[in-house]
Formats: sequence, C-alpha cells, structure tokens
Amino acid sequence: MSSFIEFKHIHFKYQQGEDWALKDVSFHIEDNEWVAIIGHNGSGKSTIAKLMNGLLFPQEGEIRVQDLVVNEETIWDVRKKVGMVFQNPDNQFVGTTVVDDVAFGLENHGIPREEMITRIDNSLRAVNMEDYYNHEPHRLSGGQKQRVAIASVLAVAPELVIFDEATAMLDPKGRATIMETVQQVRETKNVSIVTITHDLNEVTFADRVIVMNEGKVWFEGTPREVFKQHEELQKIGLDTPFVTQVSRVLESKGINLVKEPINHKELMDELWTLYSIK
Amino acid sequence: MSNSFIIGQYVPGSSIVHRLDPRTKITIIFFFVIIIFFANNLLSYGVLAFFALLSMFTTKIKISYILKGLKPVWFIVIFTFILHLLVTKDGEVLFSIFSFEVYSGALYKGLEISLRFTLLILMTSLLTLTTTPISITDGVESMLNPLRKIHFPVHELALMMSISLRFIPTLMQETEKISKAQASRGVDFRTGKMKERIKAVVPLLVPLFVSAFKRAEELAMAMEARGYNGGEGRTKFRELKLQRVDAFIFIFSALILVVFFFTRV
Ligand SMILES: Nc1ncnc2c1ncn2[C@@H]1O[C@H](COP(=O)(O)OP(=O)(O)OP(=O)(O)O)[C@@H](O)[C@H]1O
Ligand SMILES: [Mg+2]
Repeated sequence: MSSFIEFKHIHFKYQQGEDWALKDVSFHIEDNEWVAIIGHNGSGKSTIAKLMNGLLFPQEGEIRVQDLVVNEETIWDVRKKVGMVFQNPDNQFVGTTVVDDVAFGLENHGIPREEMITRIDNSLRAVNMEDYYNHEPHRLSGGQKQRVAIASVLAVAPELVIFDEATAMLDPKGRATIMETVQQVRETKNVSIVTITHDLNEVTFADRVIVMNEGKVWFEGTPREVFKQHEELQKIGLDTPFVTQVSRVLESKGINLVKEPINHKELMDELWTLYSIK
Repeated sequence: MSNSFIIGQYVPGSSIVHRLDPRTKITIIFFFVIIIFFANNLLSYGVLAFFALLSMFTTKIKISYILKGLKPVWFIVIFTFILHLLVTKDGEVLFSIFSFEVYSGALYKGLEISLRFTLLILMTSLLTLTTTPISITDGVESMLNPLRKIHFPVHELALMMSISLRFIPTLMQETEKISKAQASRGVDFRTGKMKERIKAVVPLLVPLFVSAFKRAEELAMAMEARGYNGGEGRTKFRELKLQRVDAFIFIFSALILVVFFFTRV
C-alpha cells in the first residue's frame, strides 16, 4: 500500500501482431529504495522504464505512482515525480548551455524564475558541476554531460530517478563518477532510485535487484541472492562479477565461504578469516 | 572549427553595444536597412556612414577583425560596381577603355550601390559580432510574441532555432568523424573530378542523416520525459530586460534619424 510505484500484471507490446515485450510483469518499488534492473538485450528493461513515466502505456494491467494511476491525464504529474536519465549523453542535452539545460525541465513545469535560479544552483552543486554554468555541451565530456542530465532531473525534485544504462557510453572513470554521484544523491535526497544496467558491478549498490528475462520478471531479491544464482544467470545471458566467479571456483574446490561476497572487500574478508572461523 | 561555428562570429566583450538588449540592436538595424534606401545625396549617406562607423568603434572590436569578417562580400561589392560601370549609360562619357565607355552616371550609381551594400553588411555583422546566437534567438522570440495572437508558432520557432544552435557543433563533430572513417576506407573527398567528389559525399551524408534522425527521436523522448508539453504554461529562464542604455541608444538613434531626414533633398 505504501509503495512508491507499483506494476500490476503489466502486458505490453510495441505493435499489434508482435510478441509481448512485457508479459505479466508485477513488482513494486518502495520510497527511498534503490532497485537495480538487469537482463539480456531486449529483455524489456527500457520498456519498463518508459512505462514508469508515461512515455508508453500498457495494453493490460495498471501502473500506479503513489495515488496516481498512470494514464494520459496524469502523465504531467507523474513526470514531475519520476525523472529519467537516458543512455546517450548528447541526445538528452536540450539547452545550448549547462544552465539552459537544467532550466528546461523547470520551464516545462512552470516554475517561477526566482525559484529556478536557486534550484539550478542547488542541483548543479549536487552533481559537482557548479563550475560549468555557461559551458556548451560540446565543451563537456560524456560523464560531465550525464552529470548535467542528472542535475536537470534533480532540479524538478522528483521522488524517483530512473537511470536507463546511464553509464553505458562512458569510460571507466566516467562510470565511476556517475555511480558516486548516484550514491551521493541517494544519501542526501529523499528519492527512490532505479538503475538499469548491464554492468553487474553496479548492481551491488542496490537494495534489491529485479532480473528480467524475455519480458518476464525472472528473479527478484537482494544482490547477494541474485549472485548465488550464478549458473542460471549465465544461462540467461548475464555475466557474473569477478568476485562471484572466484567464490564459485573456490566452491568447486571444496572451499565454501560463509556468506556470498558481493565486492572485493567482502571476498578478502571471507578469505582471510576462512581458517579462524573454522 | 566547430567551436567557431556555434558562437558564430561572436566576440565576447563588455562594450555598450555588447550590453544592449538584442531587441534594441535588431530594431535599430531593421530601421537602418530600410532607411538606407531613402538616402539620396552625399550628406545623407555621410550621416548613415557616420552612424555605422560610430557603432563600429563603440564595439571596441579590432577593426582588422571586423574587416576580415567582411572579406567574402568585398568580392560582391566590387563585382556589382564593375557591372554598373559596364551596363549603366547615364550622364556624359568620362573616359573609355578598350572601346568601353564609362559614363559619369554609372560611376555614381556604382559607388552608391557599393556604399549601401558595405554599410548594410557592416551593420548586420556588428549584430552577430556583439550578440550570441542564443540571445538573438531570444530577441526574435520576444519581438515576434504579439504574433501568437494569430496562432503563429513563436515558441516552437524559437525552440527549433535554439535546438539547431545546440546541435550544430555535435553534427559537425560527427561529420568529421564519419569523413575520417570513410577516408580510412579509401573514400576520397578532396581530389578527382567534380562528379566523383559528389559521389564520394554520399557515404558521408547517408550515415549522417541516419544518425541525425536517431538523435532527433531520442531527443524528443528525453524532452517529453522532462515534462515538455508545448509552449502553454511554460515559464522562461532567459529574461530580457530593457536597461537605461537601451533607452539612451534609442533616443540617440532617433536623433540621427531626424538629422538624416533634414539632409535629404
Ligand atoms: N520502438 C520499438 N518498436 C518496436 N519494438 C521495440 C521498440 N523498442 C523495443 N522494442 C522491442 O521490445 C523488446 C524489449 O526492448 P527493450 O528496449 O525494453 O529491451 P532492453 O532490455 O532495454 O534491451 P537493451 O539492454 O538492449 O537496452 C525487444 O524485443 C525490442 O526489440
Ligand atoms: Mg534498453
């Protein structure tokens, strides 16, 4: 009842006569929760994201954002609550400069100019881009553009931010800064977060993971629980992180770790305490 | 290259001309363009030339830089001048070269047209030299605003202009990337016959168009996701305010206008 967003038996297809892109998808996301969605190419992740803020509508089932049912009449309110950062840094930069881009969303929602100024300041500071006010997009790196995109979304003060492979087109350094920014946002603001990703290392930050396979929810659980499904994950076309692979090899050699490690530190801790625990 | 394109020829500065509201500059230039056709003697041209030169010096931009920007039009000016000498046959014969007779009327007409042309180009380039393309867009939007009453899509037009400005450098970078990629596959854009060169452009344009359409689609979706719903109920971040300088410059220009009409015959 208190869920922020809820999918109830959603069926969706892009065109008539095609297969369902989503088949009977149900899940919910709580206030302040971080949910990661993973799955192979074409498993329906982006479709879910677009359904969440009314860029698409389901043929069957109902999507609820707080007390709003997502439909043609409510989309403008829904889009105030649900912000989205897309994959391509260039193709979501609307303004001619950084400030203009952050202002764009605020202008759309009819925010008075006085308030815009403070909101732009605050949101650019939240992503550490306050020194780039008047920069044009072609003078920014991909990672910086994505940070501006995050600021643009935050300025509208949404309650849920969706990142649809927002790090996919960045180099490792850019990825790391974006993930840091997301964590920072999550700590300082009252928002739920959905990250859609192929990079299973990014999954470890989430509270909960939804694994999609061929348009269906295939598994739901904590990152630890998901990585335990090592072999099945590989069967549906997902690579498990290095740490998980190490513990599987150890297991096959008869060395069982106490709990499933999800990052390097946990693996190290498991390893060096292995004998003392016994 | 792409860098110089987005800002157009804009030269940052803090002169009075730079600080003027874009609407002031556009209005003055608009009237200048009309009024120049009313000039009919040396003195009235002198007044206009004085106004143009004064504006030019006020911008504090290096004269050599401004003149360099005018380079492409020198050719046209000289061409029309020569054309006039050859074609117009008014007044008395001044002299003749190779059996071509040059008339005095032709000389005056040619000089007059060249002067008009030069002044027009100078004034309009002062606008682009001292105003960023985006503030010109803002100015145009604001000035066209009354047309909304007759359902002229002012907001849409301005948005189109600003999105084009934003994507020009992106598309230029992409063009460069594709042309390098195609060159590495042996496509030669620079040498060969015209026909071959035109053919070589095809593998450049096709991917460019495909990618531009994809960008447009994604951009439209991103705009919608950020709550874009047409111009209705939208507030504006960029704000234009007329300052005291604008009032001063308007009055000054009006004075020049009065003087101008006195000098005419
Ligand atoms: N615009 C569209 N028109 C028709 N079919 C589409 C469209 N977009 C996606 N699909 C189809 O819907 C299915 C789900 O696509 P979706 O984009 O949601 O996958 P995804 O999980 O985001 O994949 P990826 O990891 O590649 O981004 C796919 O089979 C895809 O081919
Ligand atoms: Mg996708």
